Amino acid sequence: MKEKLGLSKDKIAEARERAIAICAPVLDFIHEHTSVTVERATLRLLGADGANADGVPVPNLVVDSLRQNLSEGAALRYANALVVKGMTPQELNSAIASGLDISKIPLGDKAFARVKAEQLAQAHLDRIRNNRGQREKKLAEFAGRNNSPLLYLIVATGNIFEDVKQAQAAVLNGADVIAVIRTTAQSLLDYVPYGATTEGFGGTYATQENFRIMRQALDEAGEREKRYIYLTNYASGLCMPEIAAMGALERLDMMLNDSMYGILFRDINMYRTFVDQKFSRMINAYAGIIINTGEDNYLTTSDAYEKAYTVLASQFLNERFAYAAGLQAWQMGLGHAFEMDPSIPNGFLYEFAQAQMAREIFPEHPLKYMPPTKHMSGDIFKGIVMDNMFNFVSKATGQGIHLLGMLTEAIHTPFMMDRYLAVDTARYVMNNIASFGDDIEFKKDGIMVRHAHEVLDKTLEFLREVEKTGLMDAIAQGLFAEVKRPKDGGKGLEGLLAKSPDYFNPVESLLEEELGIL
Amino acid sequence: MAHIVRPYGDTLDDGKVQLSFTLPVPHGLKAQEAARIMVLGWGFSDCEIVHSARISDNFTFFVAYAKTERGVDYDAVEADRNEEEKSMSMDEVNEFIRTHIGRKVVVVGACTGFDAHTVGIDAIMNMKGYNHHYGLERYSMMEAHNLGAQVPNERLLEYAVKVKADAILVSQVVTQKDTHIHNLTNFIELLEAEGLRSKFICIVGGPRISNKLAVQLGYDAGFGRGTYADNVATFVVKKLAERMEL
Repeated sequence: MKEKLGLSKDKIAEARERAIAICAPVLDFIHEHTSVTVERATLRLLGADGANADGVPVPNLVVDSLRQNLSEGAALRYANALVVKGMTPQELNSAIASGLDISKIPLGDKAFARVKAEQLAQAHLDRIRNNRGQREKKLAEFAGRNNSPLLYLIVATGNIFEDVKQAQAAVLNGADVIAVIRTTAQSLLDYVPYGATTEGFGGTYATQENFRIMRQALDEAGEREKRYIYLTNYASGLCMPEIAAMGALERLDMMLNDSMYGILFRDINMYRTFVDQKFSRMINAYAGIIINTGEDNYLTTSDAYEKAYTVLASQFLNERFAYAAGLQAWQMGLGHAFEMDPSIPNGFLYEFAQAQMAREIFPEHPLKYMPPTKHMSGDIFKGIVMDNMFNFVSKATGQGIHLLGMLTEAIHTPFMMDRYLAVDTARYVMNNIASFGDDIEFKKDGIMVRHAHEVLDKTLEFLREVEKTGLMDAIAQGLFAEVKRPKDGGKGLEGLLAKSPDYFNPVESLLEEELGIL
Repeated sequence: MAHIVRPYGDTLDDGKVQLSFTLPVPHGLKAQEAARIMVLGWGFSDCEIVHSARISDNFTFFVAYAKTERGVDYDAVEADRNEEEKSMSMDEVNEFIRTHIGRKVVVVGACTGFDAHTVGIDAIMNMKGYNHHYGLERYSMMEAHNLGAQVPNERLLEYAVKVKADAILVSQVVTQKDTHIHNLTNFIELLEAEGLRSKFICIVGGPRISNKLAVQLGYDAGFGRGTYADNVATFVVKKLAERMEL
């Protein structure tokens, strides 16, 4: 698409340089640290799985028992147990679930255990690479069959088997992406539940088995419709890297995965979040997963017109953290949203300008565009008009991933017919204006051009301030999303550890090598 | 004499109603007839299925217009809250506090339990407010503390005690499987166990909260959909002034 806004290339380049400078000290900190969930994700990618009779997952049992020596990494002790006991991972997992404490197993030949761990890590990465190949094969087979932008729908019944029915119906209606919303409590659990689940609040537990069930259902529906269906979940909260690992193993295609969302909107400790997001993103990068970042949340808490620059600033930071974890531009579904107060005169022009601005600044990124939620009122008739103003902007500015708005937003989790109407009306609008974006130019110095320039200028000013303050201090002072998060406050800090000099993590090493980072 | 009212389409008492719904049956003439019969079965007359569409193999969507003879005696209806008590504006609330209370009113708010939705409490408390109604943080005679979402009941209470709150605002958005009822009940029990219930004006808000429900659960008031900061502020300051007079 031809550029329309005449944004300064120098300013955009400066914003990226500022983002590099802002993230650098944080990346240094990340490099020196690990966390309980990074270790559990590593164990999962060596084969640790299952749960004990009380539902405590095996990776948690292992990490809890190794707590004293965890700064060396959990991989060596797990591999040591396999070698000393002469067990397969499956056998060891059942033994651990039945009460075996592997911290009590004497450390045998370290070199031998390391080789064992590396072999297991390689085998799991091979499985992930294979999943990636399978996705690429299907995308090639069904090339040209998906909607553009990809139409993204959510299911959230709490029961994975009910989710399957709704998801398959959504695919038949025309959805390209299915996200299974998580149960509302899950982001704050420091473990990932095990097995298929049929109860949740406002969503369905993310478990590896639930991933597998939905993957299979979407593959079937996709085969029938001759369209690849992207499965999405949430690598966020206190178990970011574990969810990423499980998603990679079960061929998920997208993950909600933001570098700062947990800190700002879930009050998770910032050190912990920064460490966790990096490892989760390395796994996503290797698995060919597209991340979706959470900038839309800035606009639901603050004013969407006044705070537009915080979205762009966060996009630059998310991009930088993503590159540092080995993700490529095509994997960065940077988030933004159509959330302006509908009573603002010319609100549509500002929304259009901002969406176009994001497109021009991040030309290779599959931008993830979120529908109106904050100002959806319960007036479903007006709501469907607002959703279609959003659909118009999304198509006309070439967004990549389009989360369909629901006319019943703010009333209930979507009914079957709500999704149907969302897809049906979006397809009408998007077909009707298919080439609109290519066919128009913006008035020089018009409202839209001026607005985009102003947002970019404010963003630059803001990034300069954050650079001067330091990212962590900026968060602590409430510069983002108008919320203050003290550095040592929030949930999960107790699960953070400095790596010891002999820290061993074969998954991390292999990923760094494969992704060409460090 | 009873004052019976009925839905108004384009003529008084025509009883016209619009409906839309989904049936778990394949799309087709049979589905349309089933939908029509079903609507008639609800007590409507003259049902017309004006639109039907296939949602998936076994689901069909309908839009229907129907006519009802049933009405309601408007004079016999009682509202959940007395509308006569008009809310004061922000300036009026501030003035009311100055003259009747004489010090800043402290309000603590949170979305509690596992509920992660800040949208409700933010609409009431954030400086910016919602739909051109400033939030409590903007009120010069109020000291507003918004603790955000997923706040445990214990922490909310602890905080309210710490800042000597006059009022506690609890927001509940997620109501699936009645989680909000358990959570709201738990909070009141906690207050009562600590002997602190009478210290605070307790208010609950959320899109599916009614005043009736709130009072039943032991709160002073409940605010539902369409509530703004001024509605809550008015209630709080009047209640507080009332208590101070006692």
